[in-house]
Amino acid sequence: MASIGSFALLLALALSLYCFSAGICALALQNQSGGSERLGETARRSGIATFVAVFLAAVVLVICAFQNDFSIAYIFHHSNRDLPGPYKFATLWSGQEGSLLFWSLLLAAYGFVLRLRYKTDPRLFAYASVVLAGVQIFFLLLVNFAANPFGLMQGTIPTEGSGLNPLLQYPEMVIHPPMLYLGYVGFTVPFAFALGALIMKYPGEKWIHITRRWTMVTWGFLTCGIFLGAHWAYSVLGWGGYWGWDPVENASLMPWLTGTAFLHSVMMQEKRGMLKVWNMWLVFATFWLAILGTFLTRSGIISSVHAFAQSSIGDWFAWFLGITLVAFLFFFFKNKSHLRSEHKLESLISRESSFLFNNLLLLLACFTVLWGTWFPKISELVQGNKVTVGAPFYNRVAIPVALLLLILTALGPLLAWRKTSFESLKRNFFWPAVGAVAVALFLMLTPESWGGPFGLKPWNDISYFYSLMAIALAALVTLTVGSEFVRGGRVISRHTGQGMFASMVQLTHRNTRRYGGYIVHFGVVVVVIGLAGGAFNQDKEQEMGYGDQMTIGSYTLICRSYTEEENPNYSSAWAVLDVYKGGKKIDMLTPERRFYHASRQPSTIPFIRSTLSEDLYLVFEGFNQDTGHPILKAHLNPLVMWIWLGVWIILAGTILALVPNAPAPVRVTAPRLVETAAAEPVGAGD
Amino acid sequence: MTKLTKTRSRYLHCLLISLAVFLFSGAGDPAASFNEIGHQLMCICGCNQILLECNHVGCPDSDGMRNELMAAVSRGDSDSLVEQAFVQKYGPTVLAAPTTTGFDRTAWIVPFVALFLGFFAVVAVVRAWKNRPAPALATGLHPVPSAELDRFRDQARKETDL
Repeated sequence: MASIGSFALLLALALSLYCFSAGICALALQNQSGGSERLGETARRSGIATFVAVFLAAVVLVICAFQNDFSIAYIFHHSNRDLPGPYKFATLWSGQEGSLLFWSLLLAAYGFVLRLRYKTDPRLFAYASVVLAGVQIFFLLLVNFAANPFGLMQGTIPTEGSGLNPLLQYPEMVIHPPMLYLGYVGFTVPFAFALGALIMKYPGEKWIHITRRWTMVTWGFLTCGIFLGAHWAYSVLGWGGYWGWDPVENASLMPWLTGTAFLHSVMMQEKRGMLKVWNMWLVFATFWLAILGTFLTRSGIISSVHAFAQSSIGDWFAWFLGITLVAFLFFFFKNKSHLRSEHKLESLISRESSFLFNNLLLLLACFTVLWGTWFPKISELVQGNKVTVGAPFYNRVAIPVALLLLILTALGPLLAWRKTSFESLKRNFFWPAVGAVAVALFLMLTPESWGGPFGLKPWNDISYFYSLMAIALAALVTLTVGSEFVRGGRVISRHTGQGMFASMVQLTHRNTRRYGGYIVHFGVVVVVIGLAGGAFNQDKEQEMGYGDQMTIGSYTLICRSYTEEENPNYSSAWAVLDVYKGGKKIDMLTPERRFYHASRQPSTIPFIRSTLSEDLYLVFEGFNQDTGHPILKAHLNPLVMWIWLGVWIILAGTILALVPNAPAPVRVTAPRLVETAAAEPVGAGD
Repeated sequence: MTKLTKTRSRYLHCLLISLAVFLFSGAGDPAASFNEIGHQLMCICGCNQILLECNHVGCPDSDGMRNELMAAVSRGDSDSLVEQAFVQKYGPTVLAAPTTTGFDRTAWIVPFVALFLGFFAVVAVVRAWKNRPAPALATGLHPVPSAELDRFRDQARKETDL
């Protein structure tokens, strides 16, 4: 089987080399003599065949995992006989070599779809196909020569594998890496189109329209991947948190931030023909940061608990990053004149200027994360000793930036393209601002005994102040977004006689991108409220024998028993605790501690009791060596569920924004003069 | 200085002092200090966790470090003294964030410098674009006066309630 996989990978490399070189030749000949369509077609087909070959290699690796073929070193290191089926499937991306093969597979899959849809614009797609093939060659070189997943074991073939890392044996690990990789890899597609459009001096903004959906889908995947990772960390690592500002986490956040900036600024290019150079750089930066993140994860240059084993693979990535930068700079300076745009702003108070500030803040956030991630290395180079840049740094620097972004998120929908009168802004902003202040006062004046953010005294701690600001601004954004739906819905309702809800649904259908975007903004503020709850976390650690009790917040935990269980993959010990609130038993929690036989590693499985107001998070930490008593740690984390709810809303908004607008215009039964004026502006702009 | 200016100045001082008290006041009890300093230190076992958040099974360092921290806080050592003691024993990587001295200071300054530079750059760009002359219109088209455009916009807003 291993030889089939290796052959498939070599074949894929040969095919993508052909796709790249034949594609370039076809485009060069086309430019000179207008011919060579057949050569271009063979390049396209070899690109499609590349996907088939890489897919075959991936299938072979998965089959080897299911067949417990420990003659393959990768399978030996990342699987074992008693590993459950879904995790055997996840072996494909559980280690360095397999994950690079998986990356290649996803890239080839994106290329497959792109090449099938070439009729949309054959010439532009041909350029994009060549760029994709170039990136594909790099990853196939890696899996063929630097990190081959089909490498064989030396000497005697073992009868049992080393097993999968216990931390990865969790259902979310079966979907988190694919989502994250779909995001990382997907940003190659907009980059390929952008570079293709730059090289061929593509006229107009059509390439932006073509890539818009690719970019949004990719952004959605990356968002999903990042938050699945956060949820996995929360559910498995047992430290009671979801984000540790680890370099690998930061690596996923950076392209997300630039990708978000691009999704906003690209609208200025579509609507006003502005920011062409800026958008080109944003697309490139997003792609480049995705590769940089992979470089950080795999080179070992920056220490991280998430990082794969150190290897020489970092050199390959460093070269690739250098080559892509040089290639992009070459074509950018060669064809820069093509990107000249007519920048003309009518007013400082306009949607355009809000997008500029939005981009500034998103890029600043990205720069802060990049700076914090690299600073230990810079410090080592400059002063000879490493320093740690952890959560306290990011919390102090990134939170003010995030709050400024929230203010812009609230203001943005109220600003029209070209120009907004100050009076109009004041009129639309007044009541949401009053609402935000009311929310802040409510939180400060309510009794502390309500828990969480209630009875908040912002002068006691800077984190309380930030939380209060975050929740108040979240209210501001919600009210401005809500007022957009209500005002638009009211106009439609008045002219059509429909109910308010039906009118708002119709309004959304008429401009899914705009209103889908607002729903995404609403999802973001729900996430922000969840994050704001972090300021009120409590925890308590205690030895707990039978009948012992622990009190945290309004909960009382009483230890009832301990039990043990054995299965082929692991043995586990459970604590059984009754949970009381207000003297009434409300639940029974069973935090668990496992010991995996194959890898001989322990792991904790916290028990989380989630409600909208707070999570009761219980970890079975182990036994006290001296007394033999079990140790339990309880965390009370307010508002965490809001984070996961917010992500669902973000994804719903993203999907809505991908839905085509309703084709038929709204029938307006209004006087003729009003009819013509009213039809267009309602939900007309992004 | 006029009486009005003096009064304003006094109010401003009061406001600044209140703000400073609000921002920099900290709790003085040992439990709060333990919690605060414990979140400024890292566990040194290689798990990359904040000291008080490290609870991975079998950690060889975090328990000892927490006991040291509790002992220091109970003795009444100041925050900076405790941090210095930890740095001397475990090295500078025990601090969860760069200090505000020497080269470490750049870690804190650079993002804010970038924010201010970026802000002024965007303001400059917006002003430059605003002051640009309007693009020439094709032959046969007549420019619409700005006042008339504003009137049309107002009309559209009134008629659509937007």
